[in-house]
Amino acid sequence: MSLHTLTVAELAAGLRARRFSSLDLTLHFLGRIERLAPALNAFVTVTADHALADARAADELLARGEGGPLTGVPIAHKDIFCTDGVLTTCGSRMLSNFVAPYDATVVERWKASGTVLLGKTNMDEFAMGSSNETSWYGPVRNPWDPVRVPGGSSGGSAAAVAACLAPAASGTDTGGSIRQPAALTNLTGLKPTYGRVSRYGMIAFASSLDQAGVLTRSAEDAALFLTAMAGFDPRDSTSVDAPVPDYLAELSRPLKGLRVGVIREFFDKGLDVRVSQLVQDAIEALRAEGATVREVSLPALPLSVPTYYVVAPAECSSNLSRFDGVRFGHRCEAPRDLLDLYKRSRGEGFGDEVKRRIMTGTYVLSAGYYDAYYLKAQQVRQVIAADFARAFRDVDVVIGPTAPTPAFELGSKTSDPITMYLNDIYTIGANLAGLPAISVPCGFVQEGGRDLPVGLQLVGPHFAESLLLSVSHQYQQLTDWHRRLPEGYA
Amino acid sequence: MSLTRAQVEGIAHLARLEISEAQLPVYVDRLSRIIDFVEQLSAADTGGVAPMAHPLADQAQRLRPDVVTETDRHEKYQQNAAAVAAGLYLVPKVID
Amino acid sequence: MEWETVIGLEIHAQLATRSKIFSGSSTAFGAAPNTQANLVDLGYPGVLPVLNHEAVRMAVRFGLATGGTVARRSVFARKNYFYPDLPKGYQISQYELPVVQSGSLEIVLEDGTLKRVGITRAHLEEDAGKSLHEDFHGLSGIDLNRAGTPLLEIVSEPDMRSAKEAVAYMKKIHTLVRYLEICDGNMQEGSFRCDANVSVRPKGRKEFGTRAEIKNLNSFRFVERAINYEVGRQIDLIEGGGKVMQETRLYDPDRGETRSMRSKEEANDYRYFPDPDLLPLVIDEALIEAVRATLPELPDEKAARFVADHGLSAYDAGVLTASRELAGYYESVVTDLGGQHKLSANWVMGELSGALNRDGLEVAQSRVAAPTLAGLLARIGDDTISGKIAKEVFEAMWAEGKGADEIIDARGLRKITDTSAIEKAIDDVMAKSPQQLADYRSGKDKLFGFFVGQVMKATQGKANPAQLNELLKRKLSG
Repeated sequence: MSLHTLTVAELAAGLRARRFSSLDLTLHFLGRIERLAPALNAFVTVTADHALADARAADELLARGEGGPLTGVPIAHKDIFCTDGVLTTCGSRMLSNFVAPYDATVVERWKASGTVLLGKTNMDEFAMGSSNETSWYGPVRNPWDPVRVPGGSSGGSAAAVAACLAPAASGTDTGGSIRQPAALTNLTGLKPTYGRVSRYGMIAFASSLDQAGVLTRSAEDAALFLTAMAGFDPRDSTSVDAPVPDYLAELSRPLKGLRVGVIREFFDKGLDVRVSQLVQDAIEALRAEGATVREVSLPALPLSVPTYYVVAPAECSSNLSRFDGVRFGHRCEAPRDLLDLYKRSRGEGFGDEVKRRIMTGTYVLSAGYYDAYYLKAQQVRQVIAADFARAFRDVDVVIGPTAPTPAFELGSKTSDPITMYLNDIYTIGANLAGLPAISVPCGFVQEGGRDLPVGLQLVGPHFAESLLLSVSHQYQQLTDWHRRLPEGYA
Repeated sequence: MSLTRAQVEGIAHLARLEISEAQLPVYVDRLSRIIDFVEQLSAADTGGVAPMAHPLADQAQRLRPDVVTETDRHEKYQQNAAAVAAGLYLVPKVID
Repeated sequence: MEWETVIGLEIHAQLATRSKIFSGSSTAFGAAPNTQANLVDLGYPGVLPVLNHEAVRMAVRFGLATGGTVARRSVFARKNYFYPDLPKGYQISQYELPVVQSGSLEIVLEDGTLKRVGITRAHLEEDAGKSLHEDFHGLSGIDLNRAGTPLLEIVSEPDMRSAKEAVAYMKKIHTLVRYLEICDGNMQEGSFRCDANVSVRPKGRKEFGTRAEIKNLNSFRFVERAINYEVGRQIDLIEGGGKVMQETRLYDPDRGETRSMRSKEEANDYRYFPDPDLLPLVIDEALIEAVRATLPELPDEKAARFVADHGLSAYDAGVLTASRELAGYYESVVTDLGGQHKLSANWVMGELSGALNRDGLEVAQSRVAAPTLAGLLARIGDDTISGKIAKEVFEAMWAEGKGADEIIDARGLRKITDTSAIEKAIDDVMAKSPQQLADYRSGKDKLFGFFVGQVMKATQGKANPAQLNELLKRKLSG
């Protein structure tokens, strides 16, 4: 079995047993990246020197019998995480010259766990997008079908892991940006509870929605990485000071007795009927293992997309004001005066989708509109959160599809922003309520002569990551969708 | 709800974004569609509901001790700046 | 037309914390540019604010000292605008729910009456950096050392009706924040800044006129002059048929006038919204009581005590308590002397303050310490030297850093109490002034003063006045 097809858990076992070294692994993945990444455009920066140095350091630890479950495992970071001394672009021209002077907490923690940094992955510009088509560095392609998108905004991380160019990669999820690409590329994508993982060093898009997570090929792998990255960070005021459970220990909890709630509002007319069928099959599989299934209603959920498209742009319009060409980032040539410096640096530095969202945000916060839009949206958000809380009184997890359709073709949804926004229709609710959520592979549909993956989504109450991971893990013992690899990458 | 060209120009100015003449109509169209889309919210029944301040409802702001923890790293940081002189960040003249 | 002036002041006091409000950078003044600006202060991508405990305590102190309501829950909000000294493109401040709500201060008017000035609110926010306009080939230089320093913005009700009232209020706040040790009040260094909102209205009208805001007044003198100029400008404008614009103005001290700030003329839509990177600030009873227990005796309380227990006049008590250090110095002297309140007060307000002002020193830097001054005053009290000689001794003590006795002995300044020496001096003067002697003895009583003066001159002021008078009377009479 080729090294790159192993899961992280399997790689870790092999490293500890000294069947191969971290250097072996790293060279193997770097070789694959060199050959296969350009066609997918999954990476912005490949950090070969770093990787080799990290690998050698990891091998020394392993030789001494030291190190932990992730020591020597190569990974990639979404280019939204600041990496000290390494270009950090956020998929934008604005930061195309930005070498971060510090490590994000997530980067620090994965590094402390002994991982090896292969590179920084491509992404939708400033995390704004659902298809990875807004990147300054060009679109990313889906390894399952190169004319299709991998999803976004963590499209580069998804494509890299799906194509076995990295065993795992970090991602961020503000409206579905980990889960939706995971669904479109046959991966397991976890978005933790808001506050579970530090946002320090994660370039901010929408501060009250952003959360760091991971894309892997199994729930077990996700548990390994969550253990490494979760926990209180004094540098992030929104970071929660709560103990981090042993996520691995709980994986084997049986499905019997699990109370599952099927979200009625998710099975609407926008949902592809084939996706719907696969999700129903998955629900049946859980029922067969002893889970009880009932329908739950989250009546305000259909308003989650418009709510999100008020709150997220509002917050990002403010978060992105720091990009002005003065202290870092793109600066226009020969500014005539201060106004020109700002307008041209930002006009040139940001792409259209980012500018649109900044302007939307500026509008909804502006005098006379604040109450009607921003305040109203925050009220609706509260109602949505209350809907979930009410459902969780009767069920342990809620379930539904992750995305309304499988991967769509590049360029097919870029003419109307709303069409693109509706890709997040099932994922946004969890961000608005700050809830943990996971997407796991649940089957394939055939289209255009290709097998396109479909994702099943589970959402839990605050800090229920253990439950989400154990249900996913059990499901992945019953099925092997998650083991399938795209043609040409196995 | 359609935004006017003047409104979009005003927003672009507030946000310090240069939008070219050619691009402006596209922005007016796209932004109008987005605002139209989010208008749905106005029909939502939110009587008596407090706006969500934070997804973590019962958390309060942590206070850190008043201690100096930082050292001077301006040389490292200023490597990222396009225009620096005598330790200062340079911008076109600020007129008060 | 009789006009009434309406003034409200917004005072920004830099809180005297060691580190910044949202980062661990130092707040020390005078460092080389950008050496005290870390990633958080610079607004780098990915950084986040964490609130300084001491800044909160200081705000609570202020609230308690002014009888304000300390909000159990307050919220930080972003004030969005673009300016090079504002790295994030927004200032973290407080908007709808400030940490301190309401409160008041009493000021003393010129005629001695007291007036209550309301405080609308006080809130926490971060300071911006500085633009240096010295030319870098047509460019400005930005120093972000100051960015992130904690500020307490204190907003008064529009209760003041004259420039003098405004200055009295500003001075009171200035004294208070230094008493509370929450701000050093150093206006030259920019730790204490004042914006004045000024409007006029016809006397008797209830509605306020349109107000103009005069920004960044950093001395009491400027505040008074700027307000007076602005009032005159507004009245002239209205009487000439014009309308006052709601705008921001700057005071030009060289010209003595206010002028409109061109670059900020366009109305700024700050798009305030709660900062999602910060959670609500919750202040519980325990914190409030802990802070209350550390409150010092406040200026008004101290002044009242000086009047009641020391018998000082309200005026003197007010002068002494304007500075906690000065009041402390005075009390130390009085304690050493076991009394002598009026004498001590006069010397502290007079010679000591004069010397401090002349040399530009703070009380803590005084070249004559309180016990040392007490030592000098004791020598007046025990009649070793006259008050007049004491002033000379004080100057010497100040210059040489020595104690009273050392100077007195070194210069031989003790009062002459040896009657024979005085008698001799009197005899000499009488001998040298036969005409005046004759005139005095023929009835010109006023010449007594002449002889006193001459003897004092001859004894270099050291003759004991009481003894001199007695002996002179005897001798002159014949």
